[in-house]
Amino acid sequence: MTQTTAESPARRQRAQLRTRTLRTDRWWLAPAITFASLTAFLVYGFWAIFDGSYFVEPYLAPFSAPCLTEACPEGARLFGWAPIGDWFPLPPGFLILGLPAGFRVTCYYYRKAYYRSFWLSPPACAVGEPHKKYTGETRFPLIIQNVHRYFFYFALVIGAILAYDAVLAFRNSEGEWGHMGLGTLILVVNAILIVTYTLSCHSCRHIVAGRLNHFSRHPLRYRMWGFVSKLNAKHAQLAMVSMWFIMFADLYVRLVAKGVITDITFF
Amino acid sequence: MSYKAKFRIWRGEGGEGKLEDFTVEVNEGEVVLDIIHRLQATQAPDLAVRWNCKAGKCGSCSMEINGKPRLGCMTRMSTFAEDETITVTPMRTFPVIKDLVTDVSFNYQKAREIPSFTPPADVKPGEYRMKQIDVERSQEFRKCIECFMCNNVCHVIRDHEENKVNFAGPRFLMRIAELDMHPYDVADRKDIAQDDHGLGYCNITKCCTEVCPEHIKITDNALIPMKERVVDRRYDPLVWLGNKILRRQKS
Amino acid sequence: MEIERHQYDVVVIGAGGAGLRAAIEARQQGKKTAIVCKSLFGKAHTVMAEGGAAAAMGNVNPDDNWQVHFRDTMRGGKFLNNWRMAELHAKEAPDRVWELEAWGALFDRTKDGKISQRNFGGHEYPRLAHVGDRTGLEMIRTLQQRVVALQQEDYKIHGDHEAYIKVFAECTITRLLKDGDAISGAFGYWRENGSLIVFDAPAVVLATGGIGKSYVVTSNSWEYTGDGHALALLAGAKLINMEFIQFHPTGMVWPPSVRGILVTESVRGDGGVLRNSEGKRFMFDYIPEVFKDKYATTEEEADRWYTDQANNRRPPELLPRDEVARAINAEVKAGRGSPQGGVFLDVSTRLPAEEIRKRLPSMHHQFKELADVDITAEPMQVGPTCHYIMGGVEVDADTGAACVPGLFAAGEVSGGMHGSNRLGGNSLSDLLVFGRRAGAGAAAYVDGLTSRPKVHDAAVREAQAEALAPLERSGENPYEVHHELQRTMNDLVGIIRKAEEITEALEVVEKLKERAKGVGAAGTRIYNPGWHLALDLRNMLLVSECVAKAALMREESRGGHTRDDYPQMSAEWRRKLLVCSSSPDGSNVTVEERPQPSMREDLLTLFDRGELSKYLTEEELAEYDAAVAAKES
Repeated sequence: MTQTTAESPARRQRAQLRTRTLRTDRWWLAPAITFASLTAFLVYGFWAIFDGSYFVEPYLAPFSAPCLTEACPEGARLFGWAPIGDWFPLPPGFLILGLPAGFRVTCYYYRKAYYRSFWLSPPACAVGEPHKKYTGETRFPLIIQNVHRYFFYFALVIGAILAYDAVLAFRNSEGEWGHMGLGTLILVVNAILIVTYTLSCHSCRHIVAGRLNHFSRHPLRYRMWGFVSKLNAKHAQLAMVSMWFIMFADLYVRLVAKGVITDITFF
Repeated sequence: MSYKAKFRIWRGEGGEGKLEDFTVEVNEGEVVLDIIHRLQATQAPDLAVRWNCKAGKCGSCSMEINGKPRLGCMTRMSTFAEDETITVTPMRTFPVIKDLVTDVSFNYQKAREIPSFTPPADVKPGEYRMKQIDVERSQEFRKCIECFMCNNVCHVIRDHEENKVNFAGPRFLMRIAELDMHPYDVADRKDIAQDDHGLGYCNITKCCTEVCPEHIKITDNALIPMKERVVDRRYDPLVWLGNKILRRQKS
Repeated sequence: MEIERHQYDVVVIGAGGAGLRAAIEARQQGKKTAIVCKSLFGKAHTVMAEGGAAAAMGNVNPDDNWQVHFRDTMRGGKFLNNWRMAELHAKEAPDRVWELEAWGALFDRTKDGKISQRNFGGHEYPRLAHVGDRTGLEMIRTLQQRVVALQQEDYKIHGDHEAYIKVFAECTITRLLKDGDAISGAFGYWRENGSLIVFDAPAVVLATGGIGKSYVVTSNSWEYTGDGHALALLAGAKLINMEFIQFHPTGMVWPPSVRGILVTESVRGDGGVLRNSEGKRFMFDYIPEVFKDKYATTEEEADRWYTDQANNRRPPELLPRDEVARAINAEVKAGRGSPQGGVFLDVSTRLPAEEIRKRLPSMHHQFKELADVDITAEPMQVGPTCHYIMGGVEVDADTGAACVPGLFAAGEVSGGMHGSNRLGGNSLSDLLVFGRRAGAGAAAYVDGLTSRPKVHDAAVREAQAEALAPLERSGENPYEVHHELQRTMNDLVGIIRKAEEITEALEVVEKLKERAKGVGAAGTRIYNPGWHLALDLRNMLLVSECVAKAALMREESRGGHTRDDYPQMSAEWRRKLLVCSSSPDGSNVTVEERPQPSMREDLLTLFDRGELSKYLTEEELAEYDAAVAAKES
């Protein structure tokens, strides 16, 4: 039996359009804004980490929490501990910086954000990317992105510590309960945003129940999955809002610590 | 209510061609596909466009309108200004046959490479019992009308022809996720997702989700969960260790 | 010019539900099978089906069984159905649906994990297996994926995916080839590049769907040009019941470019009601005598039915489609229509917004995107649209065989199953049941052959000349002829018909046939839509002529055939089927009467005498009485 299938000539070619994109809208705006805000965050973070005025009773700047060396003032130490001792020469913020930073760097939303705005891969949908080759997250170093879930576990701990610090901020500078200032409010909101952002994580959604194929056999986990899924739908917004707010909260504490502004006390 | 609109449409056979200008009447309530049909009926009877249902259900009339992947039948003319020139081009990622019609055989080839639904051998038709909550995730993915715009927009193959061999595209990675989440599917799909179909190429920049006419959350609900399932298998040392120990105990 | 040639055991024309099911069956029986379709694989019109597949599984109401389904089908078709087909359909539909599930389909579920079933017009119990309102898509995808699964099996054994089943997508068949009386193959062209193709095959299964593109306002896609009907006719097969065309009561009426696009019946099944411009639920005024005891007469009772179906009668919005379509037509004609010439279909005041989005997601989407109407907040405007042809190729119920040896048909292109009116949901199950039977029929036919019919060169040359002719002419634009045909059929052989109008339509069709001979297609053979339409015109004209001639002959109103000049249903006419045939060149279309065979006794006695007396002649009722007496004694 002979079979012939006709192959038309020259059909293996794409439409020859030389332009990078035919989009007429302002597609560059979103990546530009993302670029600007992530850069601002990096610049601020770099400054904050070297800034020494991260504590003023009862507020601890979130970028430096938890404070783990003997260089930390008594009140800033987590449960009063200083497990690292006094050998660590750099600002104590360096010790824990890697955890929240790692969480955000490997976060599925931030990956999208910086792949688009920094690496232009792609800058926007249907806009050509400038790279000759592309292997995505198939090989080192980007394959490391797959460790996201460990950063998530650490982020849960950090979230708990920030919440604990926010609770401590209900004490006055003498350490007596019953205080509340604008700083307290800011730290509480900050802790809520960080924890919500952390819980809205895709890895969290997977761990809670996403990996199951039979939700009906795990009703409790299914309910938790439903809750996390709702948060997850807002993951991008939570990522951005929590980022801006932690920057604001951190700056606020530092400015109070430096005496540039005075905390408003409610009671 | 009717006005004359300016259109620029890519015309040509094989890859060769150019944008041609047309001025054409537009009436209230019309969509881009209507205008292309009007051009066929009045000015260019051999203008090639693929279409079928004209109701956004079959996914045939995928094209790029002002540079964005869209269904011609679901793009209302009222979304454009009357003096705007509307540029219509074929999908960029696939070879052109003629005008707006592209050769989408890439997609059918990829579909064939994915192992089919594999139920347990002992369940007979009619005996399937599944809870609604257990099928809902896969049902979302089965809304897919195979317009292939996600595969078209995905930069992994749109900008890198050479990746077509190793990358199945969002449509078929989603198909893998659909089967992996199917309560009765027993085949293992994690390794093939990563090794044969290029899940690792996806950098979750979400253009597939942006263009999906069915509003399927391809990235959040299919690709990322699938990546996480692959992590379970391949990159989670705790799970890996656990499996090693368990397997040793079994053997 | 070299013509591409292929040898197959079975060639299936059409890749919708029926075609794919037939191909799967033929391949499962070991036959080398080709699927030839005009569109891409997986785009067939079946994706448009929304409501569900009717199958008496009894998952929601355990009282349901095949007998009840059979009765509903016969009732819906006004007893004109081929009763053997209705019987097979009712009996086999559940197995066909379950089979889909084993191939990966994910239907909506009941609480206990079975396939959920929904209510639909004309069905006594909740019976439609569904997935939201995209059941057709689920079905086509499942069958498509089943074909792929079979190809993967073949790859493992033979090293070639296409060893036993191959899809020829975007390929149009223009002629069936014969050796003597029997089918020997098919001739067509690739849409993509215009090159020609010949299949050598002893068996051809037609599964090309309907004819809606002969009408302006239609829910059908461009593919529905009656190809299979025309191919069969030209090959010497007969078409029956061509006068019966279903106008779906609820198509979109605005904006003009989407006029005709379907609004699923599930909207009504899930609580949607029809109102006229005065805000009145007018369907209560249109319950026909034969259905009086089955439908609610007050709004209160109708509303109670949605929650308590055991103790209340169903709302009249759920009457069979022909009744609802005529009612809407009458309201609009009486000046009580909506601003854009339809009536209001309202679900927004009946269900919470969240519930609407969940139960009718694609309707919500369709109205939002196409008409900028939010159906959770405001009513839709709807009107009748040409939806389905009950008539088609006359086939043997058990095997799908037409009277031409080697020719089979299944799905919408075949006739008889639905009588004069099809119930919603019965088409998806029809595709599966008779698709499988036609595939099996074709396989058995091939097994029984002692020698393979041959393709004759002369026939190929003739088909080639016919196919290429429009490219060599520089005549009228085919779009003009097509538009005029659509307008003619819509206005003159539409939902309400009169002898004079039909006669006028026949004259126009005659003229259009002449004009069609002169249409030319500018451009090359590569994906040239003008050329494709020029070729499809032959089919649409031929089918339109059959429809009009049969409509003129049937002097009664029944189901999808309403004669203004003969408004009553006649028991005498129920005993007659109209059969259409033509000469091989399509010139001499004739319609003849043929007696309808009497129903088998055990099926006849499933009905009670009171009901039958509304449809049958005295003579038939006497047969019924005798059968009942025989059963009792």
